[in-house]
Amino acid sequence: MESIKLHYDISATDFTRAGAASGDVKRVLKELGVAPATIRNVAVAMYEGEINMVIHAGGGEIDVEITEDAIQMILTDHGPGIENVELAMKEGYSTAPDNIRCLGFGAGMGLPNIKKYSDEFRIDTELGVGTTLTLKVYMS
Amino acid sequence: MENIFHSVRLDDEKCLGCTNCIKRCPTQAIRVRNKKAYIISDRCIDCGECIRVCPHHAKYAVTDHFNELLKFKYRIALPAPSLYGQFNNLDNVDYVLTGLKKMGFDTVVEVSKGAEFISDATRKMLESGELKKPVISSACPAILRLIRIRFPNLIGNILPLYTPLDFAARFAREQAKKETGLSDEEIGVFFISPCPAKQTEIKRPLCFTEQKVNGAFAIKDIYPVLLQTMEKLTPEELEPLNDSGIIGVGWASSGGEAAGLLKERYLAADGIENVIHVLEELEDEKLNDLEFIELNCCTGGCVGGVLTVENPYVAKARIQRLRKFMPVSCNGLPEKFTLDALGWTKELTPSPSMKLADNVIKAMHMMSQRREIEAALPGLDCGICGAPSCTALADDIVRGYAEKSDCVFFGLQAIRENPDWVPAPFREKNGTAKKATDDYANDFASAFIHNTPKEENDT
Repeated sequence: MESIKLHYDISATDFTRAGAASGDVKRVLKELGVAPATIRNVAVAMYEGEINMVIHAGGGEIDVEITEDAIQMILTDHGPGIENVELAMKEGYSTAPDNIRCLGFGAGMGLPNIKKYSDEFRIDTELGVGTTLTLKVYMS
Repeated sequence: MENIFHSVRLDDEKCLGCTNCIKRCPTQAIRVRNKKAYIISDRCIDCGECIRVCPHHAKYAVTDHFNELLKFKYRIALPAPSLYGQFNNLDNVDYVLTGLKKMGFDTVVEVSKGAEFISDATRKMLESGELKKPVISSACPAILRLIRIRFPNLIGNILPLYTPLDFAARFAREQAKKETGLSDEEIGVFFISPCPAKQTEIKRPLCFTEQKVNGAFAIKDIYPVLLQTMEKLTPEELEPLNDSGIIGVGWASSGGEAAGLLKERYLAADGIENVIHVLEELEDEKLNDLEFIELNCCTGGCVGGVLTVENPYVAKARIQRLRKFMPVSCNGLPEKFTLDALGWTKELTPSPSMKLADNVIKAMHMMSQRREIEAALPGLDCGICGAPSCTALADDIVRGYAEKSDCVFFGLQAIRENPDWVPAPFREKNGTAKKATDDYANDFASAFIHNTPKEENDT
């Protein structure tokens, strides 16, 4: 099956570029003629993930694979890892520092939103090693 | 391809085939072929950016000729509020409105009057809770077209309501019929317009099955005659025609429409690049806390329209001064307003002309090819191939409208094989290019462009 693979390096501290990767994926999906609802789900989930990497993990990498059935996103970082995944998945829970909250981020909606907009959601995290999110949005 | 009317056109004679307009087109709708900058019809939103940036004045907007007035027994002028910002030291709008009457219109109805009705209708609709928020203004016709092409999933957020011009036209027409007993065909309603996209909207309405406006005259065309007429007016001759206030006239510049809603949670963006950024964020659901989004394609709002004569900021300053002497608003809707009375009569359909193919699998195949081609191109976005960027050239190649040797880097190889080779934008019909590429340039022209539209029929 044909697939389109996209790779993005997410910079650690550059907020002006945050969202560039998800914006690019959105453009590609539009050109492919993917259904608008699917594009929205991908854009929102990936943007949240991208921002999380910038805020918490010192950047990372995102690999996107588009097939005729689904869009898979693997977001890998080598940040601190998540201590309590259950807590992190709760809406409104946030460990973001004040300087990040000042920018309007850190509302504690990141992970819950990512899950909400994905059809498949998997989180692998290890303290001191990093976190990998594997997300899938089905083509509708 | 849609064979459709566009007001923005190319003047072949003046075009040198440079890269200014191809680079600045927000929908990447222009390509240089045969030394001319052709416009791709189904991507053009008639925003007029190319008119603004062309150093040779080779792009222009078609508006109606004054002779059109002769077709009607009774003629109505609908001046845009931006018209008021074109005159120095104006302290009474009645000079402008009386001047228009002296020029040969039987009556004048301000579009700003229509705007006050629409402001009221919008307030009522926002209160009703029936709209998907944030609501996007539908007043700018270039924005409607931009959303159809680049942001089709936001169509559901657009305010499905008459524009101020639509309302003013309907009001003026009904009033004229009542007063004169004439039929619809005998009454001519003409917009005095700052905007090429409005002309397109008049000829080919997107959200209405019929159009109540017969045509549009460009502010820049009417300005010299109107100015002369106004200078001759004595205060005794002035007719009390002004019937709109701060809210209505405020629509002339960016933020005016939103301010007229008397809400706090709104955003007003102007200038097409800024608007695109806002639409991107809206699409990602980052602006969900807003109630209303006003978007104007031109910098500064309608005062920045390419058919105006004055700098948008100067025009805005003048209108601010004029508004000082006006009441807040002169017009409101009757209490029992329903959307049926002022709603769209036709669904706004998406026109995703950026997509590669109708079928996702085929599109994916083309996308893979395009990425391969793009990787081989130099990435300089020089424009010598006639496309705005390397990505756009790669896109044209997979769609069959260009070839790799159009890139000057690959052209060097082509020259080795054929010393007569010239890059795509410089090829002439009977010039030095290969026969095959000549045909290709012609194919491109006939398949892709609308520089000389013959029919003005819709699809």
